[in-house]
Amino acid sequence: MAEIARSELSEQERRSYEMGLHTEPLKGRSIQKFFDVDLRDGHHGFALPNAFEVDFNKRAEIDAGDLETKAVNLRIRELMADGYGTIVIRNPGAKHSIAVGILNRLNLIIDGSLGYFGCGLLDGPNVRIAGRVGWSCAENMMSGTILIEKNAGSQFGAAIRGGDLVCRGNVGSRTGIDQKGGTIIVGGDTGAFTGFMMQRGRMVICGNAGKNLGDSMYDGTIYLAGEPQSLGVDAVWGTMTDLDKSWLETKLRRYELLPKGGVGAFRKVIAGKQLWNYDNLEPTEKKLVL
Amino acid sequence: MCGIAGLIHRDGVTNVGREMTAMLRSLKHRGPDSTGFAIYGASVPNEYVMRLKLAEQEDMTRDHRIRPKIRERQAEVDRRLAELGAETVEIAEATPYAFRYRLRYAGDTRGLTTEIEQIEGAEVLSFGSALELIKDLGDASVVSEQYGLGGFRGTHGIGHTRMATESDVDIRSAHPYWAYPYNDIAVVHNGQITNYWIMRREMERLGHRFMSNCDSELLAVYTANNLEKGATLEDSLKASIKDIDGVFTYVVATENELGMAKDTMAAKPMVLYESDNLVALASEEVAIRAIMPREIDTYDPYDEEIRVWQR
Repeated sequence: MAEIARSELSEQERRSYEMGLHTEPLKGRSIQKFFDVDLRDGHHGFALPNAFEVDFNKRAEIDAGDLETKAVNLRIRELMADGYGTIVIRNPGAKHSIAVGILNRLNLIIDGSLGYFGCGLLDGPNVRIAGRVGWSCAENMMSGTILIEKNAGSQFGAAIRGGDLVCRGNVGSRTGIDQKGGTIIVGGDTGAFTGFMMQRGRMVICGNAGKNLGDSMYDGTIYLAGEPQSLGVDAVWGTMTDLDKSWLETKLRRYELLPKGGVGAFRKVIAGKQLWNYDNLEPTEKKLVL
Repeated sequence: MCGIAGLIHRDGVTNVGREMTAMLRSLKHRGPDSTGFAIYGASVPNEYVMRLKLAEQEDMTRDHRIRPKIRERQAEVDRRLAELGAETVEIAEATPYAFRYRLRYAGDTRGLTTEIEQIEGAEVLSFGSALELIKDLGDASVVSEQYGLGGFRGTHGIGHTRMATESDVDIRSAHPYWAYPYNDIAVVHNGQITNYWIMRREMERLGHRFMSNCDSELLAVYTANNLEKGATLEDSLKASIKDIDGVFTYVVATENELGMAKDTMAAKPMVLYESDNLVALASEEVAIRAIMPREIDTYDPYDEEIRVWQR
């Protein structure tokens, strides 16, 4: 059998592989084409086409108490178009699909709880939610941060591709299902099938996990401080490295979730890659080599 | 999809009819086909409330002779009640096909309901001293107004908004289901039971009756079967996690309790709010907010979780 040739790994690639991460460019438009971490101070960091120029010092409030979801979302867009960079939503009342599809820099504060599908399809904003969120919060998020002060429902961070999604409380089942990138951090416990079919990215669970943790995961890393009820199919324990610990400390400190005793209790779950293995070439490409 | 909701007050009687209506109204998007309520009022010693229907709603437009048929059926109900020695205290007619009987009866209530259901077109929707089970086609506002639930006072209740998937849009397929023949027990369910026919055959072999082809009815019959064997509500809920196959979250109410169970996959939603005075649960938090418009702490029960609360 012919060997698959690889070029020598760069230092960045070596460190990434050591943490179980991929290095190939992601496909999201903001990440691939428009996001440049090296942009200098003064630049806004994003240059999404048709994005609104907003000023974080311009602040507006929306009382969502008597508004339908569509009206709230349209109002957010109108305010961004008028240059408001900080928006506070009062009385969200656990309504569904609030603050979805925001592809802009924005400082969004939600003074209450959201229902299902809150903050989905985000690309750029920083969101702080004072209450709880229902099922499928932050689905398909591309970039930005979301910080939830209370609990979250199931399918938390489903299929996210980038950004930081943080819940200080407990979250439901299937957290990070189909996660394709980014970071999910849970301050408490998670339910069954956490990390189900996870493909990339990292997840940090400061409490316990339900049964079948990491079931059928392709790739990515789950850090767990507590105990899982059980590991899922093809999920295995990995070895914590200094790089893992250093990354965990940095992330958890940033969101004030670093345990007093540090990150010593954390263990790492990775894919056993017996079920899926996309590390090398696609099957069709393999045929050409064999 | 379906929406389910329930609440139990631990500090006395409130306008539970209005509260349940508000909760189910906010879940209308989860199922507009039919709406049902099982609400629990004060019981009067030696008195029972029987809710029954003598035709389907659709019969009223499809069968031009249905009104005389209903009159004949009701006369037969009255005759059989008298024959069994039941004293009819009051009869209310919320719709031309659904009736509420207040009875005084000292005999075997199972025999009484079985006897009534022998009448063509008759289905006893509920029987008990505290339970009032109302279900009909339409959304919560329509059904609540039709049956005058706005002023109903009680301690607890459960309800359901149905999106019909595996059976017809009619009253017999609407929730809640009464756990025949157990007085004051009702069930609402969101999900799909995949071993329905196996379990149904098993229950039928044990002598239980089914009035519909709706898989949710199985949960009511299953609960009744467990209670008949001496299980507590908690035991029954726990056993159901293993016995019932599929994805489900369901809620059971008895005269004094409210219970819930979530399947092993946790695939159907449930949001819980608990305080010293009130427990409220629903498929979506927005239903709880319909009766508590302030910020509250809620959470999702996990897979295989069961809970029981007393009033």
